[in-house]
Amino acid sequence: MSLLVICDHDRGTLSDASLEALTFGRPLAAAAGLEMAAVVIGEGADAAAAGLGAHGASTVHVASHPLLTDFGPEAWGETVVQLVRGTGATAVLACGTDRGNEVVAQVAARLDQPFVANCRSVDPTGDGSGNWTMTRVQWGGSLLEDATLTAEIRLVTVAHHVVEGVAAEAPASGTMVSFVPELDDALARTVVADRVVLTRGITLSTAPVVVGGGRGVGSAEAFAPLEELAGELGGVVGCSRAVTNNGWRPHSDQVGQTGTRIAPEIYIASGISGAIQHWVGAMAAKNILAINTDREANMVTRAGHAVIGDLHQVIPAITEEVRRRRG
Amino acid sequence: MRILVCVKRVPAPGARINVTADGQTVDAAHLGFTTSPHEECAVEEAVQLTEAHGGEVTVMTLGPVAAEEQLRYAASVGAHHFVLIPIDDVDWDPQRTASALAEAIAAVEETNGAFDLILFGNESADAGGFQVGVRVANHLGRPIVNGIKGIEIGGEQGGELDEGVATARREIDGGFEVYNVPMPAVLGVKEGINLPRYPTMKGRLASKKAVVDTDERTVEAGGQVRLRLHRPVEQISETVILGTGPEAAPAVVDLLEELGVLS
Ligand SMILES: Cc1cc2nc3c(=O)[nH]c(=O)nc-3n(C[C@H](O)[C@H](O)[C@H](O)COP(=O)(O)OP(=O)(O)OC[C@H]3O[C@@H](n4cnc5c(N)ncnc54)[C@H](O)[C@@H]3O)c2cc1C
Repeated sequence: MSLLVICDHDRGTLSDASLEALTFGRPLAAAAGLEMAAVVIGEGADAAAAGLGAHGASTVHVASHPLLTDFGPEAWGETVVQLVRGTGATAVLACGTDRGNEVVAQVAARLDQPFVANCRSVDPTGDGSGNWTMTRVQWGGSLLEDATLTAEIRLVTVAHHVVEGVAAEAPASGTMVSFVPELDDALARTVVADRVVLTRGITLSTAPVVVGGGRGVGSAEAFAPLEELAGELGGVVGCSRAVTNNGWRPHSDQVGQTGTRIAPEIYIASGISGAIQHWVGAMAAKNILAINTDREANMVTRAGHAVIGDLHQVIPAITEEVRRRRG
Repeated sequence: MRILVCVKRVPAPGARINVTADGQTVDAAHLGFTTSPHEECAVEEAVQLTEAHGGEVTVMTLGPVAAEEQLRYAASVGAHHFVLIPIDDVDWDPQRTASALAEAIAAVEETNGAFDLILFGNESADAGGFQVGVRVANHLGRPIVNGIKGIEIGGEQGGELDEGVATARREIDGGFEVYNVPMPAVLGVKEGINLPRYPTMKGRLASKKAVVDTDERTVEAGGQVRLRLHRPVEQISETVILGTGPEAAPAVVDLLEELGVLS
């Protein structure tokens, strides 16, 4: 009996998320008395599969089929379902990325089994009567839910960034086995038809500095000084939902639960109150500097550093000081 | 075209989120409620699509009777028909929710024919189960793709433009994927696909007259059971106040230098 870990990859390079799933899966499989197996799907899967023994997978299923050359949630879900049936796996785990959650949801719907998304911890010894117990994320991380899972086949995802992906202390054999599912041609209906690359360079999620603006900025035009400061610091501008709702900035600039999660060296959050839905997107920043007229604002009380004052004066003053020191 | 949007009523907490004493739900005593953001955008998208291509929008919700507020809000921004599947105040688990929705959708479709498109939010803002849309699509035997930030009617199928295809764009890091999904189809939509309009005065008035159909469903519970909700433990450290007003700039730049982001 096994725990099957779904591993995602980009043309043969395993994603960090997959390594997180394997790292989370090792102690889970051990505690549940299951062997840990992995499945890698699609073009480049061979290359991605090769290193998985080092991450603790004893068997690595390499799935291939003409319908699996690019991503397709239905084809991927059906492939995992057939593998579960074929190998008798009793649990399936993936990382809770958009793709991971979508594929496991497909597996759950097809097997008519429950699926617990975005767990932070899972205890397979659970409540002592064969049920697993877990703590999972709600509200994008602002709230936690303790839950039990009663199922023939346990389907879970681990929330992204809960563990760091590291190699196993004791590597497993990582025996590669090829698997060719039987897929209905109709599943081509949800396979990626085309791919468009938009941005290269720094994005909100990878920028080392983010200069954020909220309702306090006041207008689209008033973001110009924030752009200037971000430019000086090699960063980008982010914003709150109040800003996107007003049409001052595009949604791609929004930080938060329904926007982008950022992790810069420093997040300069100006004119942002720090509602929980904004905070969950910002809290992975290594340092936070809040600029706000309100000393009691949540963003100020939660930040490591703060300046109390009008952002329209403070931001240009910082830019000027940066330029002055650079000479 | 006929479009159905499934929405969820959620509380709108600000700086803090509190839980009821029994740990079963968010304490909403002092909170307003809203439509989960992804779904608010899904309603807007449906209204825009019918404005461009003709047709009608139905909005369905499974929730407490008070969720009628969210259906009326949808009416005020241009939706046409409304279905409420009433439950008590505590969430149903995802399997149970999906089964009830699928049954209710099938019931509407039996009299009126299949919806060309069914839109869900990618995940609900509160429980975030990431599965209800996928389960409903599966019940109905329809294709579904999640994470959608752009929809156009008409797409290429076998090298030809096909009006029966929805072309959907899904955001990925640094770009997007394109899917050509034959309708009837289901799509999981994300905030950012559009900027939802605000209700007009005329819309508000119309929403008061909107007819909300109630469809009670008794469905068995699924295998995921909530024990309790709780807030994560946070380490909150003292905030260092670097100063007041523009005079704080040198202290800020000292900090930036210290962090090595000035180089
Ligand atoms: C389900 C759900 C999901 C959500 N998802 C997100 C999300 O992803 N991202 C997000 O950001 N929000 C999200 N929100 C909205 C969130 O709850 C807040 O409404 C929003 O973040 C508030 O934006 P804000 O801080 O810019 O505005 P406000 O809360 O109005 O705060 C403005 C702040 O600016 C300060 N200020 C005003 N003028 C000045 C000045 N001249 N100088 C300095 N400071 C000034 C004020 O003191 C105040 O602190 C979500 C809400 C819900 C219900």
